[in-house]
Amino acid sequence: MKLIHKFALGAMTAMAFAATPVLAEIRLGATVSETGPAAFLGDPEAKTLKLLVEKINAAGGLNGEKIELFLYDDGGDPNKARTFATRLVEDDEVQAIIGGTTTGTTMSIIPVAEEAKIPFISLAGAIEIVKPVKEWVFKTPHTDRMACEKIFTDMKKQGYTKIGLISGTDGFGASMRKQCLDVVASYGIEIVGDESYGPQDADMTPQLTNLKGKPGIQAIMNPGFGQGPSIVTRNYAQLGITLPFYQSHGVASNGFIDLAGKKAAEGVRLPGTALLVESILADSDPQKPVVAAYVADYKAKYNIAPTTFGGYAHDALAIYADAVKRAGSTEPKAVRDAIEATKGLIGTTGIVTMSKDDHLGLDLSAFRMLEIRDGGWKLAE
Amino acid sequence: MRLSEKHWTLLILIVLVALTPFFFPSSYYFRVGSLIFINGIAVTGIVILTGYAGQISLGHAGFAGIGAYTCALAPVHLGIHPALAVVLGAAISGALAWLVGRPILRLKGYYLAVASLGLGILVSMLLTNEAWLTRGPDGIDVPDPGLRDLFRAMGLGFSATEAWYVFNGFMLIVGAWLALNLYDSPTGRALRALHGSEIAARTVGVDVAGAKLTALVISAVYASVSGSLLALQNKFITPDVSGYMHSIEIVTMAVLGGAGSVLGAIFGAGILTMLPQVLTVFAEYEQILLGLVMMLVMIFMREGLLPSVLRLVRGRGE
Repeated sequence: MKLIHKFALGAMTAMAFAATPVLAEIRLGATVSETGPAAFLGDPEAKTLKLLVEKINAAGGLNGEKIELFLYDDGGDPNKARTFATRLVEDDEVQAIIGGTTTGTTMSIIPVAEEAKIPFISLAGAIEIVKPVKEWVFKTPHTDRMACEKIFTDMKKQGYTKIGLISGTDGFGASMRKQCLDVVASYGIEIVGDESYGPQDADMTPQLTNLKGKPGIQAIMNPGFGQGPSIVTRNYAQLGITLPFYQSHGVASNGFIDLAGKKAAEGVRLPGTALLVESILADSDPQKPVVAAYVADYKAKYNIAPTTFGGYAHDALAIYADAVKRAGSTEPKAVRDAIEATKGLIGTTGIVTMSKDDHLGLDLSAFRMLEIRDGGWKLAE
Repeated sequence: MRLSEKHWTLLILIVLVALTPFFFPSSYYFRVGSLIFINGIAVTGIVILTGYAGQISLGHAGFAGIGAYTCALAPVHLGIHPALAVVLGAAISGALAWLVGRPILRLKGYYLAVASLGLGILVSMLLTNEAWLTRGPDGIDVPDPGLRDLFRAMGLGFSATEAWYVFNGFMLIVGAWLALNLYDSPTGRALRALHGSEIAARTVGVDVAGAKLTALVISAVYASVSGSLLALQNKFITPDVSGYMHSIEIVTMAVLGGAGSVLGAIFGAGILTMLPQVLTVFAEYEQILLGLVMMLVMIFMREGLLPSVLRLVRGRGE
């Protein structure tokens, strides 16, 4: 068989890397978008997975068994993600998959995991991933819908009832806009202006001018991702709009403040995770120790602070490790059941309690309402 | 009896498709093989357009997108069988290519490259932005055409991946066979004539614009079918399939392997499909390596990898 294997490799112009690794006890697969348009999400995710697997192994592994991580870069291409997922299942024979940086890549990995009957923990945002609940699929980031609800809760508290929306047409922006429109009515808030921009657009002043002129408008919200929201924020300041301005969790990183500029970003509110405001969390905060340890480890290895997105990968691995410990084995079915029974697990994004009907396990308390002040983050509640 | 190049090409393809599975250690290899065939089909279309007729398109992913999304949408909204949706997608792509090509191809030069570039981007934007229909950038589910059950009914117990390998391999061979037949047909001769010199071709009575239009429509149909097969196999598709990068990828595959020969272009598709899989260990350098290979091929092997290597081998033999 070995000979045939070798020959096959030669014949197929060496389709796979020839070195057969030593079989580890726990074989964990991951495919994330380290390069490509979603690299700023996938890169910290990959770094986090490598870091934490190293750390777990140094501490003796899980149940005394070391983890071997099979990590691939799908470049944000759903078709490639599908191929790598197949490779993880068929060739590397992994016992669980973490990954799917974007909703597109996640959706194309799901059929592979479901068919192979192994747990898959996604790192992507959309609610469709876990709704309807799929037997083998879980995810760690909060949904767009929760971000909308968090923002609308804050707006309601401030007494805003007429707001404007300016959204990106990329996957994130389009999906979040839809979710926001779905839930907005139940908060007694009316959308009086609904503008959009393309992911490559360089100027959004016309859309903002339109919104500014809407009668009775009290606040503006920008569901978006990547460079778009930074440009919107800059334009917002250039036009001298004084209405309260809300961004989404999609830009909850220091990179956003750098891109938009300290001055333009002043006063912007957005929902973010505990990870982002680690240094100003109260000592009594239950998430403080977990978040502080992750930030310290990450900084020690890579010399930069981790982002929210790396936190998603942290939580995925924490959920898996916790489940393996409780199940006492790596047998996929047992681990799946254990993941579903996750209770009170403290992650960087929130405190995770899953159930048969909830494969996400986070509620609105996982989000903190943040405000940008003097180029830094402040808790707004 | 000496085999013609056409028969050689088909023989090699059939042998490769039929025999390599015996060396596959896991069904993951069937998946990669199947993707090579899908790309091979799109690239065969480029051979007809670029290799035969000398026209350049930078928007063929747009047709792949039309093929893919027709398979996703038509069975749901029109209630037709997914297999029929492949045909419908091909018809829409062909019709669109005809509409765009008719005015453009009367002109000489790079107008087609620019027009197709715009067309590809338009299709991509449409698929991304019209979320009410296409469910937007996060992608859409594609119905299962029941290929596996068909094989089961024939008494062949393939897994889904194996079934697609067999089917896509068959489609590629059929596609290659048609393209090779075209080469020797009057239309093929007309295309090669206008590739050499449009003026000379016109002088001997070739309908230059008409022949170019035929090549464009045929290659659009190939791209559309490849998009359809990808969507049906993955049972899920995102607008990335129609993206600009995919257009470039298709052309790169053809040029790398040798746009003038069907086997060469399919060879190029094979290399570029496998490369990311082989290079996972140094994923960061993948783009650099790819760029380097492209540059070297363009400088030293202008006809593409396979034809140049073959010439070298033949030259030595004589």
